[in-house]
Amino acid sequence: MIAREHILHKVRTALGHSAGRAAAPPPPARLRIPAWEFGERWKRFAAALEKLGGKAVLAAGAAAARQYVATLTGGRPAVASAAPALAAWGITSLPGVRSEFRDDAELRSACASADFGITTAEYALADTGSLALWASPEQTRLISVLPPVHVALVPASGLITGLDELLTLVPRPLENSSALVLVTGPSRTADIEQILVRGVHGPGEIHVIVVEEREERS
Amino acid sequence: MPLGYNFSFMPARVSLFVTCLVDQFFPRVGLAMAEVLERLGYRVEFPEAQTCCGQPAFNTGYREEARCVARHFLSVFADADYIVAPSGSCTSMIACHYEELFRRDPAALSEVRRLKPRLWEFSQFLLQVAGVEDVGARLPAVVTYHDSCHALRELGIREGPRRLLARVRELQLREMPAGAECCGFGGTFSVKFPEISASMVRAKIEAIRQTGADYVVSVDVSCLMQIQGALNRAGLPVGTLHLAEVLARQ
Amino acid sequence: MTNQPLVRIRETLGDARLQEAIYAATGRLIEHRRQVVAPEALPDYQELREQARRIKEHTLENLDAYLEQFEAEVRARGGEVVWARDGAEVADFLVELGRRSGARLIVKSKSMTAEEIGLRERLEAQHFEVVETDLGEYIIQLAHERPYHIVAPALHKTRYEVGEIFSQKLGVPRENEPERQTRIARAVLRQKFLAADIGITGANFLVADCGAVVLVENEGNARLTTSAPRIHVAVAGIEKLVPRAQDLAVFLKLLGRSATGQPLTVYTSILSGPRRAGERDGPEQFYVVLLDNGRTRVLAERDKRETLYCIRCGACANHCPVYRRIGGHNYPWVYSGPIGQIASPQFQGLTQDPWLPFASSLCGACAEVCPVKIEIPRLLLELRAEVVKARTRERQNRWERAAFRLWAWVMTRPRVYEALSLAAGLLASEEAGPNWLRRLPALLNAGPLRAWLDYRDLPLPGRSFRQLWRRRTAKVRE
Repeated sequence: MIAREHILHKVRTALGHSAGRAAAPPPPARLRIPAWEFGERWKRFAAALEKLGGKAVLAAGAAAARQYVATLTGGRPAVASAAPALAAWGITSLPGVRSEFRDDAELRSACASADFGITTAEYALADTGSLALWASPEQTRLISVLPPVHVALVPASGLITGLDELLTLVPRPLENSSALVLVTGPSRTADIEQILVRGVHGPGEIHVIVVEEREERS
Repeated sequence: MPLGYNFSFMPARVSLFVTCLVDQFFPRVGLAMAEVLERLGYRVEFPEAQTCCGQPAFNTGYREEARCVARHFLSVFADADYIVAPSGSCTSMIACHYEELFRRDPAALSEVRRLKPRLWEFSQFLLQVAGVEDVGARLPAVVTYHDSCHALRELGIREGPRRLLARVRELQLREMPAGAECCGFGGTFSVKFPEISASMVRAKIEAIRQTGADYVVSVDVSCLMQIQGALNRAGLPVGTLHLAEVLARQ
Repeated sequence: MTNQPLVRIRETLGDARLQEAIYAATGRLIEHRRQVVAPEALPDYQELREQARRIKEHTLENLDAYLEQFEAEVRARGGEVVWARDGAEVADFLVELGRRSGARLIVKSKSMTAEEIGLRERLEAQHFEVVETDLGEYIIQLAHERPYHIVAPALHKTRYEVGEIFSQKLGVPRENEPERQTRIARAVLRQKFLAADIGITGANFLVADCGAVVLVENEGNARLTTSAPRIHVAVAGIEKLVPRAQDLAVFLKLLGRSATGQPLTVYTSILSGPRRAGERDGPEQFYVVLLDNGRTRVLAERDKRETLYCIRCGACANHCPVYRRIGGHNYPWVYSGPIGQIASPQFQGLTQDPWLPFASSLCGACAEVCPVKIEIPRLLLELRAEVVKARTRERQNRWERAAFRLWAWVMTRPRVYEALSLAAGLLASEEAGPNWLRRLPALLNAGPLRAWLDYRDLPLPGRSFRQLWRRRTAKVRE
């Protein structure tokens, strides 16, 4: 408490303010949203993600998405989040995919040993090839970071132009969640001789499946 | 009608600020500048009381000494119509840093503001006041242009000198790699840190060597002095010329 | 000026391999940045810089209000804000927290602020195991060194040195391929993440309107540091605030591009509070430590306040021709490059390393690339003047000062000036050639001038311009 008052006092002295003064209005936020049709958004998203070494897939409906995931995982161990869409699209019932766990500890160790982590993402950002993932009771943080491969499914309606649109749609991003993560391509480092290596701590491989909703979502 | 004449058919008057470095060590640059300006029809004057802009003291942190010299400069050029200098660095000292130097001296500050619009770096003067690109020069040689940092970043001089060089007959201009990198002179920097400065200029002359140029051209003799020293030590047969010297050749 | 730094600088300049490594590495970063801020790639780059600067300026001018808002928002989300005047107070808090919660193992992601206060060393001294998890930082920790560069801490290490360090410190077979070296580090650090009790991070930004800590990174270590351990502590300078989450649209676009040429870094974590009800992972306790450590002092200096705008992208260092020669370890404090040259004197004291603001050719490349438009050359000049004042008070610069006074005296007396120039012309005889100055009396030819002349020539002062001009004017009149 002493440190708090001391620091605030020094800040106010430095600025010539008295205590309890409200902030002046900030300069208007600068958000620019380009008018891109879905086709343009998809083209840009795929190009940006693939430039980073990620894989972007446009699936015509849930069946196509499920087929892509099934082929990719090939029955190997995968942890899927409990996001309702994954169950509705039939992802959680694929062979090798687990999405129910006794307790948090089991979930954590499953994430640490699985080959794939399967999540949804609320939004995908076209201009940078990014995903926006919120931590939630259904979708934990570790599923998308511990396994060596991250598979994310995004409804086509979530493919937006970019960060500016995201922050326009969600100006206060932490009202209902403790964490929002933007994921832009596979984990990478260039710390040794600036040589690019993928998958240092997070997934070295990322697949983003944009699902065109031809079927009814539950 | 020659360019330097205004509607009253009186030749416009240009006061040279040759800078102390040119005055003492590179007088031919000042003469070349005068020649080009006279050829364009200007009445060229040299206010003899001029010395230095004060930059060496300012850059070394001796502001009071810099102010003395700057005040002298302001008094010498108080009545000039146009002040033209063969240096991006000295021009930017006056145009960009005098206000800082005199921020607590309102009288001097208003002097600076009165003088500023009349002050021009040589290449800027040719393009923006005289409105010429082709001054009728001829130099059969390959040249590369070195951007002096203060001309480039404080005065925004980049395309101007290149446009002027492009109009010189028989001259071939070749860009050097990493052309915007500092040559390492930096005034007192090169005195306080000669080894770092030397290492910087070595990269610069390597870039120059790659162009195969006969001459390096710049709008600042301080850079050229630094570069020429390194060229000499590397035994490279490349010369250095101020832009005015190139434009004076016929 | 103490000679110690100069001796070390000379060593770096003489190390051909290191010279090549720094120059090439920074050269690549320059090129990566250039591509993504080019008008074709980012037409509104300059407007973004303007806006970023405006927001930083505004935030600092209203810092008291934003700090309080931030604190209230963190609390509303179940987190705690801790205020610390210096590094000792940060360490005290963490030691107490560690003991209270029975913690032993701490994982840490890269943080210049933690580096600034020597946080890892302070905690190690209190018998905590503290592991750096950013690959570059981990290498540096194993080598017992200090980061070489704000964003690329192990920039100076070759793969062979890394192989040597890993085999010695981790007892693994020697491996010289970065790909395999990375696998080794991943395996070792993965176990640490899962076993750690506390995760310590810095913060790239603090967002006042949602009480958030923002972390940008490429490896995923910050995500693991903030998700796996049961306690997350973010240590951040008070200057890291921005008013709104929406402002991140501007800063995130600039930070990744300026630092490494990435439109966005791989991971951007926006975090506030411990895990919410129902969330099955993430920390159970969430703390933000707001650190002063000299920042309020800089804030009080209106004309130098913008030093605090820095978002630690490292672009100024990459583009600095001096940094590119002397590297990151010859700067006296953790912040290297041009930003370090203006920050260190203000945080550490002017006379600690009086040479620092002078080690610049004032080329301005730093200001040209700074994403928040900090006028670094102007601040260097300001600090030079302050150093001179301080040294004058301490009577440390009598010769230099006398020389400049004499110089100013001469320069304001055109006749004396001309007489001296005539004298110099007489001293320099034609046959001396470009080495004429070396023939001057020894007193004039010692020290700095001597070294200067080792690399460049001052042309023979023959007739001055004014003499030639008079002769020319006389001829025209005839």
